[in-house]
Amino acid sequence: MTKLEDLKKHLATQFDISKFKMAHVVGDDVMEINKTDLVPVLTFLRQSGRFDFLMDICGVDYPQRAKRFDVVYHLFSSHDSSRLRIKVQVSEGEPVDSVIRIWRGADWFEREAYDMFGIPFQGHPNLRKLLTHHQFVGHPLRKDYEADRQQSCNDVLPIHFDHEENQRGDVLNENLIPLNIGPSHPAMHGTLRVMVELDGETIVRANCEIGFLHRCFEKMAETHPYNQVIPYTDRLNYCSAPSNNVGYCKTVEKLLNIEIPPRAQAMRVVLMELSRIIDHIISVGTGGLDLGALTGFFHLFTYREKVYNLFEKLCGARLTVSMTRIGGMAQDAPEGWFDEVLGFCKEMRAGVDEITKLLLDNKIFIKRTQGVCPVKANEAIDWGYTGPLLRASGVNLDLRKAAPYYGYDGLDFDVPVGTNGDVYDRYLVRIEEMKQSIRIIEQVCKKIPGGDFSVRDRGIALPEKKDVYGNIEGLMNHFMLVIKGLRPQMGETYDATEAPNGELGFYLISDGSANPYRLKVRPPCFAIYQSYPHVVRGAMLADAIATVASMNVIAGELDR
Amino acid sequence: MSQQLSGQNQMTGSVNTPTHVQGVGSQTADDMSRSFAFTTKLEALAAWGRKNALWPLPYGTACCGIELMSVMGPKYDLARFGAEVVRFSPRQADLLLVAGTITEKMAPILVRIYEQMLEPKYVLSMGACASSGGFYRAYHVLQGCDKVIPVDVYVPGCPPTPEAVLDGIMLLQKMIATNQPRPWRDNWKNPYDKA
Repeated sequence: MTKLEDLKKHLATQFDISKFKMAHVVGDDVMEINKTDLVPVLTFLRQSGRFDFLMDICGVDYPQRAKRFDVVYHLFSSHDSSRLRIKVQVSEGEPVDSVIRIWRGADWFEREAYDMFGIPFQGHPNLRKLLTHHQFVGHPLRKDYEADRQQSCNDVLPIHFDHEENQRGDVLNENLIPLNIGPSHPAMHGTLRVMVELDGETIVRANCEIGFLHRCFEKMAETHPYNQVIPYTDRLNYCSAPSNNVGYCKTVEKLLNIEIPPRAQAMRVVLMELSRIIDHIISVGTGGLDLGALTGFFHLFTYREKVYNLFEKLCGARLTVSMTRIGGMAQDAPEGWFDEVLGFCKEMRAGVDEITKLLLDNKIFIKRTQGVCPVKANEAIDWGYTGPLLRASGVNLDLRKAAPYYGYDGLDFDVPVGTNGDVYDRYLVRIEEMKQSIRIIEQVCKKIPGGDFSVRDRGIALPEKKDVYGNIEGLMNHFMLVIKGLRPQMGETYDATEAPNGELGFYLISDGSANPYRLKVRPPCFAIYQSYPHVVRGAMLADAIATVASMNVIAGELDR
Repeated sequence: MSQQLSGQNQMTGSVNTPTHVQGVGSQTADDMSRSFAFTTKLEALAAWGRKNALWPLPYGTACCGIELMSVMGPKYDLARFGAEVVRFSPRQADLLLVAGTITEKMAPILVRIYEQMLEPKYVLSMGACASSGGFYRAYHVLQGCDKVIPVDVYVPGCPPTPEAVLDGIMLLQKMIATNQPRPWRDNWKNPYDKA
């Protein structure tokens, strides 16, 4: 019995499923329902334990249709790694019920859909703009909003908070001290703005404003051909650019229904694990920096530079490598590269041990992080946590184990899981993950498969340069693919990889043209960071800084 | 900058003049030329000090911010150029390193930061996004931070390599040493001023 049939049976105990359109398309289970059924169905699916994660909510615009918008919900079950996509159609201005009472983590996802498409969510307590400037007029991801229509905005929002049952968000308490932190602040990592109300040094209310790096990734993806989107994905989580490249290409390949050659898979695994190491280096290094430990940062950056050297040898770029192509890799690794990676692994292993002694065994570090702002497992699931933070809270979920891809199931590695979900456990998990990544890289590099590094379908991958310049057929294929573009058949799919920060999902819709019709990114730290005001409530101000550092919020993927 | 330096001329002049006035009257002209030479040298001395003691404010908003960490980091080590004292307070910094995309939401804050910096101050725009919006020709991205603040040095690249950033800093040091006129900066007006 397939998972979809199982689900049908499960739903039939409560609902008249003849009303639901259910199908299995491009590897995904999809269910189209009426908006009146939305809240009962989602409540049932959550409470019966069928799906415990709400991964993503997004809008899609079809201007020609009578009911113009799709509101798309992506559910995930950590028990059997099954996914379900639920779609609801609404027309312009027609409200859809908020699911914030079923999943607390729906909060920012609904606000984003409201901001981008103007879909009102009934029952959402704080339905304000999230990513665009508060003076911005219109909804930019609608198809009738031109990608380059800029608006001049000149104001900054005053300190404000979320509305709560007995407290208005825009009215400040006279007895407390309001404090603004960021977006230009040493502890705020670039572009985060946190507003707090303090009683002494204790945080009574907190709020965060995001969108300071909203550079319209999703709109850019709609206006560029499939392969040209790859450099934009680099700049989502720029601390670990290759893992975004892989996540995006894997999604397009799923829609194209192709499997890439074993050598390309192995190269992608090596790149992803290297980027996991360097991402955790930034996270641990700057985390220590925020607590006043400068040495760890400088020490760890030495190793990051070594990975940059490896990337430079591979493709010439240091940070934003854009090394993948749809169908494989851009080029093969140079001779001896994998041996150099193995050499790096040896150095890195010693480096991780040193940093463990330097930070994790450090008395000051322990006192500043242990027991600080813990998040329980059920809260973490409710918010939509994934990745190291979820595992620090004690939930053993890693997509590399739960839904393996690229031969991860054949590799020997462990998934570290914490117990308390506090700041210390998060760093503990990250440092252990670095060790596990080294193990993975060593296993892959020792038996790297031979063969081609890309598929050789002329409608998907460009021919090699020697063919383009060497024979007429290669030249023609190159010309046709560049002029016509890569055109997947009409359809849609969602695919996710385990990025350093958690589940990085791409929801891709193709209308058969050379550009994606819609590309929604499900960034891991977006779901995590929305819980921040609640996590730091009641904590000390200094602990709030330690917490934001441990969440490893990367503005590029947070704001997109 | 030119205003600032001329102010300094007057100041050093006023310090020097009394000693010359007290000297022998017939030698005044000669002394004046000597004092002129002295103030020029003082200016050069100040410029030398300034260029070798830049205090940067790393305004890292995006990917370039990560490369900026490399510039500060152990391998490229900006300290070799006397600019390792990173200040996040604009009042303590004299070099604004704009590293990363500036969006419409960020621009008013960037202007505020720039205005809070004390004279003399310099701006280095790192990377394609900060210089021109880069490949984000998009509805929420400012097409270059020079739309709102005056920029002295542009460093190309997406992101630029640390070597390129160091080259930009050295270029800026040369500009400071030669006291190059900077009309774009003298004519700058806050674009958000309502008046």
